[in-house]
Amino acid sequence: MSVKRFDEYIAKHSKDPDRELQVLNLGPTHPSTHGIFQNILLMDGETILDSEPTVGYIHRAFEKLVEHRPYYQITPITDRLNYCSAPINNIGWEMTVEKLAGIEIPKRAQYIRVIIMELARITDHLICNSILGVDTGAFTGFLYVYQIREKVYDVYETICGGRLTSNIGRIGGLERDLIPEAIQKIKDLLEQSKKTFGEFEKLMNRNRIFMDRTIGVGAISAERALNYGFTGPNLRATGVDYDVRINEPYSSYEDFKFNIPVGSAGDTYDRYCVRQAEIWESISIIEQALKNLPDGDYATSDSNFYLPKKQDVYTKMEALIYHFKVVMGESDVPVGEVYNCVEGGNGELGFYLISDGSRTPFRLHFRRPCFIYYQAYAEMIKGQMLSDAVATLSSLNVIAGELDA
Amino acid sequence: MALNIQQVIDQLDSRFAGQFGNVESSYGMTTIQVRKSAIFDIVKFLKEELSFILLTDVCGAHFPDNDLDMRFAAIYHLHNLVENVRIRMRVFLPEENPEVDSMTPLFESANWQERETYDFFGIRFINHPNMTRILNMDEMEVFPLRKEYPLEDAGRADKDDRFFGRTIHNE
Repeated sequence: MSVKRFDEYIAKHSKDPDRELQVLNLGPTHPSTHGIFQNILLMDGETILDSEPTVGYIHRAFEKLVEHRPYYQITPITDRLNYCSAPINNIGWEMTVEKLAGIEIPKRAQYIRVIIMELARITDHLICNSILGVDTGAFTGFLYVYQIREKVYDVYETICGGRLTSNIGRIGGLERDLIPEAIQKIKDLLEQSKKTFGEFEKLMNRNRIFMDRTIGVGAISAERALNYGFTGPNLRATGVDYDVRINEPYSSYEDFKFNIPVGSAGDTYDRYCVRQAEIWESISIIEQALKNLPDGDYATSDSNFYLPKKQDVYTKMEALIYHFKVVMGESDVPVGEVYNCVEGGNGELGFYLISDGSRTPFRLHFRRPCFIYYQAYAEMIKGQMLSDAVATLSSLNVIAGELDA
Repeated sequence: MALNIQQVIDQLDSRFAGQFGNVESSYGMTTIQVRKSAIFDIVKFLKEELSFILLTDVCGAHFPDNDLDMRFAAIYHLHNLVENVRIRMRVFLPEENPEVDSMTPLFESANWQERETYDFFGIRFINHPNMTRILNMDEMEVFPLRKEYPLEDAGRADKDDRFFGRTIHNE
């Protein structure tokens, strides 16, 4: 694939003896891009003059698929958006339907959801930061923190049975209560992660090589970042303290005390630091949630949306009818349009749902933070070295599944 | 200065009377229906005068049962981060040649979102720097999120799922 403006530029300047112009394909399948994106770069020696990103390599037409699925069957599709923090997508979608149908969630379910979402945030951030280490030459930290991710997936497995694509929770609450075994696993995990992240930070934070490779690399100003629609850690690294959990608290986030870390320069190092600081805040939120975990139900009693107990389905006629009704998506939903957003691993994850009252959404649009802020990548790497472009891409945390939906 | 959505609507009313209508609030967000000719000026006013600095989302929708001049909609979500006020704007577009002003001069983030809307609905954005497909392949001839476009190719011979209760007619 060639880009016309690059060819023209090269033709115009090819006679210049001081220039070493070439077009380079970074991707679509390149080990350092962590997903299938292509960037066609116009290079002068090792400096990037211009770039042309191409996206859509793993587009799966989710927005069309969901128009043919009952609400209940859309949760597994949301897994495949940002697969590094699938539970946030699942719960975000469930909350959208709950908002539309006006379902009240018991406090205990909200707290358990907070725990799950913060665990997901930890895994999302640790993958991003440790891979940034790999891309700048430090493999050790990556292997070291990956055991935490494994432990978090063990917790998901105990809670819902799934691991990577978790399909966690149900519309109206959770599929089962947090069993003592899961709570113990979370507590062990928190203890271990404090130690591991402490050591990881000792390895990385003031590491001369790491700092030289990341400070001032891929910087963007707050104003440009907002213009490009940045949200999440990438926006906070520029110094804007916007976080959906604070601005519009959902799922009882208002009950917890936590800080919103912000950076100042908006460069790769600041993005790393913001994510690292958010991991500590997430650990603190989980500890608070475990400490104050309320008693009560783990799901709504609204039988129009929440599946009855399996025991009852086998023995009671009414429960069996409701089971069918929920699974086949025959419950009435109001006509209306809802925008619901949650703070995802890499920004404001929004669900814009238009319902016409039928069993499937009339239109469902995913506001995918990656897709919106990846546009800025071309501007961020302009004038940088090729190796900086790789570090910048890692630190932006672009997830191909979310980018292409 | 605290700003609420009513003040935003009042200010818009004094500047753009007659250019928008159907102000409705549901599920915590106010939606206004804007005339095609005024959308750019209204978004510009909201951004520059009322600090709606984040264009959260741009997307399209297809309403095949609407009147001919309201078959498509371009939907914008704007967010004032400081006052935490959100507003949704909807522009209805005709079946024939749906096009509307691009927001790219105001927001860089509109660029790919408008390309995505074009890719899936065929809504063209005027003054867009690169109005091409983005997620689908360039050779594609249909706009797949339009309602008349089926989920699966009805002529597929390798798959017969009538026995699973699914045909192209009842999906």
